[in-house]
Amino acid sequence: MSVIAAIATPNASGGIGVIRISGEGAIGVAESVFRAASGKKLGDLPGYSALYGHVYDGDERIDECVALVFRAPKSYTGEDVAELSCHGGLYVTQRVLRAVLAHGAVPAEAGEFTKRAFLNGKIDLAEAEAVMNIISAHGQQALNAAMNTLDGKLSEKVHAIASSLTHLSAAIAVWTDDPDEDVPEAHEENVRKGIEDALARLEELLRNFDSGRAVTQGVSAAICGHPNVGKSTLMNLLTGFDRSIVTDIAGTTRDVVEETVRIGDIVLRLADTAGIHDSDDPVESIGIDRSLQKIDSSELILAVFDSSQDLTQDDTLLLEKCRGKRAVAILNKTDLPPKLDPEIIRQSIPQLVSISAVTGEGIEELKSALSSVLGTAELDTSSGMLANERQYLCCQQAVSSLREALDGLTLGITLDAVNVSMDYAIQKLLELTGEKVRDAVVNEVFAEFCVGK
Amino acid sequence: MEFFAGNYDVAVIGAGHAGIEAALAAARLGCRTVIFTITLDFVGNMPCNPSIGGTSKGHLVREIDALGGEMGKAADRNSIQTRMLNRGKGPAVHSLRAQIDRRHYSAYMKHCLETQEHLDLKQAEIVDLRRDGDDWLLVTKLDAVYTAKAVVLATGTFLNGKVYVGDKCYSSGPDGIFPAVGLTDALLKIGLPLRRFKTGTPSRVNRRSVDFSELEVQEGDEKPVPFSFETETPPENQAVCYISYTNERTKQVILENIDRSPLYGGKIEGIGPRYCPSIEDKIMRFSEKERHQLFIEPCGLDTEELYLQGMSSSLPEDVQLQFLRTIKGLEHVEVMRNAYAIEYDCVDPIAMKPTLEFKDFPLLYGAGQFNGSSGYEEAAAQGLVAGVNAALKVSGREPMILDRAGSYIGTLIDDLVTKGCNEPYRMMTSRSEYRLYLRQDNADIRLTAIGHDIGLISDERYEAFKKKLVQIAEERKRVENTVIAPSETADAVMIRSGTAPLTTGCKLAELIKRPQLGYELLTPLDKDRPALPDAVFEQVETELKYEGYIKRQMSQIADMRRLEVKLIPEDIDYHDVTGLRLEAAEKLARIRPVNIGQASRISGVSPADISVLLIYLSKKGK
Repeated sequence: MSVIAAIATPNASGGIGVIRISGEGAIGVAESVFRAASGKKLGDLPGYSALYGHVYDGDERIDECVALVFRAPKSYTGEDVAELSCHGGLYVTQRVLRAVLAHGAVPAEAGEFTKRAFLNGKIDLAEAEAVMNIISAHGQQALNAAMNTLDGKLSEKVHAIASSLTHLSAAIAVWTDDPDEDVPEAHEENVRKGIEDALARLEELLRNFDSGRAVTQGVSAAICGHPNVGKSTLMNLLTGFDRSIVTDIAGTTRDVVEETVRIGDIVLRLADTAGIHDSDDPVESIGIDRSLQKIDSSELILAVFDSSQDLTQDDTLLLEKCRGKRAVAILNKTDLPPKLDPEIIRQSIPQLVSISAVTGEGIEELKSALSSVLGTAELDTSSGMLANERQYLCCQQAVSSLREALDGLTLGITLDAVNVSMDYAIQKLLELTGEKVRDAVVNEVFAEFCVGK
Repeated sequence: MEFFAGNYDVAVIGAGHAGIEAALAAARLGCRTVIFTITLDFVGNMPCNPSIGGTSKGHLVREIDALGGEMGKAADRNSIQTRMLNRGKGPAVHSLRAQIDRRHYSAYMKHCLETQEHLDLKQAEIVDLRRDGDDWLLVTKLDAVYTAKAVVLATGTFLNGKVYVGDKCYSSGPDGIFPAVGLTDALLKIGLPLRRFKTGTPSRVNRRSVDFSELEVQEGDEKPVPFSFETETPPENQAVCYISYTNERTKQVILENIDRSPLYGGKIEGIGPRYCPSIEDKIMRFSEKERHQLFIEPCGLDTEELYLQGMSSSLPEDVQLQFLRTIKGLEHVEVMRNAYAIEYDCVDPIAMKPTLEFKDFPLLYGAGQFNGSSGYEEAAAQGLVAGVNAALKVSGREPMILDRAGSYIGTLIDDLVTKGCNEPYRMMTSRSEYRLYLRQDNADIRLTAIGHDIGLISDERYEAFKKKLVQIAEERKRVENTVIAPSETADAVMIRSGTAPLTTGCKLAELIKRPQLGYELLTPLDKDRPALPDAVFEQVETELKYEGYIKRQMSQIADMRRLEVKLIPEDIDYHDVTGLRLEAAEKLARIRPVNIGQASRISGVSPADISVLLIYLSKKGK
């Protein structure tokens, strides 16, 4: 059985996010994204034990994490299981999942953990029918969800890429399957060009995925800054930007409140610590601490500074935290005489706007700064985008197969082998659009080439 | 008046390429076997092209041979020209193709059946087939009644055959032989889902009337290779083929007369294969194409008949002659046999298990064109599988099921019984997702052990095969441990082949891996190379060069096989499976897959459905 992974906590922000990995080799997969603070190895741990450390995507640290190890058969599924518990938040959990998938796990099918648990005898027989119903319902739901998220434009786009690859693959197939026929030779240069073209289009889809999510699902953003800098006023200003679609979502912990705000194309899920609302809290540093924690788990930081004051120690700390992250520096209170040197801030946060949260001045500049930081500026949201991790993974697998095909061509590998990589890419793309693949190439051969006795 | 004529274990109806393999396999496995044919003079006939093999079909022939079938040996003995196609396009698509002397081939096969122990070859048309207690009862046109425990239907294009030429049509088998007209009713009465398919064949012309002076010649390979792993003396090239092309005038003649085609006039109801279009089809569907290629192939050594591959047609005879004479070299051609289309009854293969036994009719098997396929090789492959399984079942042994991952034969049968077919099914390399592993060069490695287990491969041949495996392993070890040091000779070899010269010592295996190099080019550097058969070096070289790709295919195969071993009981009631979607339940109930792997390949069955099914099965198992 392959190693499967999925987010095991509800698909909502707040609380703790758990990525569950199950199957023979699951602990190895976890090992490849997790580094313990103590330097110990997950693989050396016995069952029912945990390590504290960080999850990494390559060399980049994603989040703090507690990794739990369960050894077969003593786990939920009855297999080796690793669970990575991170700070909540859709963004962080999904990034961790993506890193796990990149290291050899495949996304779990609907109900697959439960299915494995059953097959390994972990669930009582009496529960079997209920489990089957759950899987069936999940399957139907996933199918519906796939249909819904697969908007016409994306489907069109992916289908077009798959068709051009299918045509190319059919040309190779017919050239090899009917060598005596009067069919055009499959020139390596054409094949290379076709693959490169498909690659470019797929890579664009992948690139737009994160920016696209900013549009479709929203970006978690934290407003940070020391008290009295004007965070609450900014929050009110932003939430007032389009009252009609503002919703209040209380987080699972009482001290975090999220408000969803649409600014132009972008949906921001603004997180504010409770401490900010209690701005008369005598212990100011607590508010700052919470803000700083929030930085780790947010996709975007709105760092607010008071332009009428000198940089405080808290500000410097915040700047340090923001270095290398997606952030916009907001110099508030432009209605007062300036004191702060924007260049100091720019060294840590290149994207900087000046506003007056009181008068609303500079809000347009903020909007375009957000677009440019999130990469939505050049994004044509009506052109079809990948909508979820599964689609992203299909696309990514197609890309890596096509790269392999290109490498093969460069190395001088014969077209029969190159074509197998191409077929795999086509299969992944048609999987994405929900079509059955096996006969695609065969049908194309008959439709496009005149062969036979 | 009906009379009792004999009792057998296995009866085979039809002595074409499917029937022959079925009968030989059953008899060789010790079953008392009878094979019926409408005429003894056309056993193993080639009513269409006089050739065996070609891409993916050559693979099938080698697989048949590795399992102990006859086709490869027969082709080697009667071949008059052989070519290994696609040299230079990669090992997965190398394919052997041979021009065959069709009369000699037929005589060889007839003699082979005549001399086979436990086998009786009889000329008789079977007109009735019915169940009688535990036996099948076969009745000939002359009222002879035979009983058999198992029956293999291999009726080819004979079953209710109807020939079309222009507006003429008449009841006939191929090559002017009698059709089988009585059996259809019996099969319908049994309850087999019959339908009509169509195929066609081009004209045969007299060599004396062809002007070869300006035609392109196609020679055989300099070093012919046999199909069979047992053939020690490779066949010799004794004939050549020629190539010509249609032109604008050919097109014009056809277009002017297209309304006289039974196909375009709407007379033919049967479904023809897309990959085997008539010349009028090609011209109608690919109107932008200026010319279509044709091959002029000899039908044998002691005949002047030539086969015009590419020119199949069902246009009237006068139109056929008219368009043929527009073609270079054929200006004065004399036709000996006209082209025709033939329509015949066949079965929906979804009604069969991967053993080719009918799901609803125990000990009744189908093979070849009757199952909806096309091609001699596809037919022979199924004949072998049907014959083997009939014999195994009669002997109370476990069935032989070949999976997609292990052979083209398995792929062919899985496609037929899982997806069905809407037109005559032809094998193609692109039909196999595992084609880098399913090569014609390793058919013996993939299948000899299975053939030996069944009992069609002798101990002697199996020992020789095992020796070859050892040689391959040892040679592989040798090249992985041999280091080639930089030298002037080495530099010369590398530079001549367009690859980087050595700077330090390099393993021989690494050098063989380089796309520009191979055993042959490395000969001057490989001083200690042992004397081994070419086939051993070929295996090692292919394994090394495609190691990464093959490894990945092997892991896909391992994944796939995990599902193939999870069997589904025959008596499962899919509507009783809680949580299974209705669409999936209906599809599964119709196809009745034998295992989870086959179930997962049915369109409309989702991974969630498979999960539900797995849980249901393991719940039942407890």
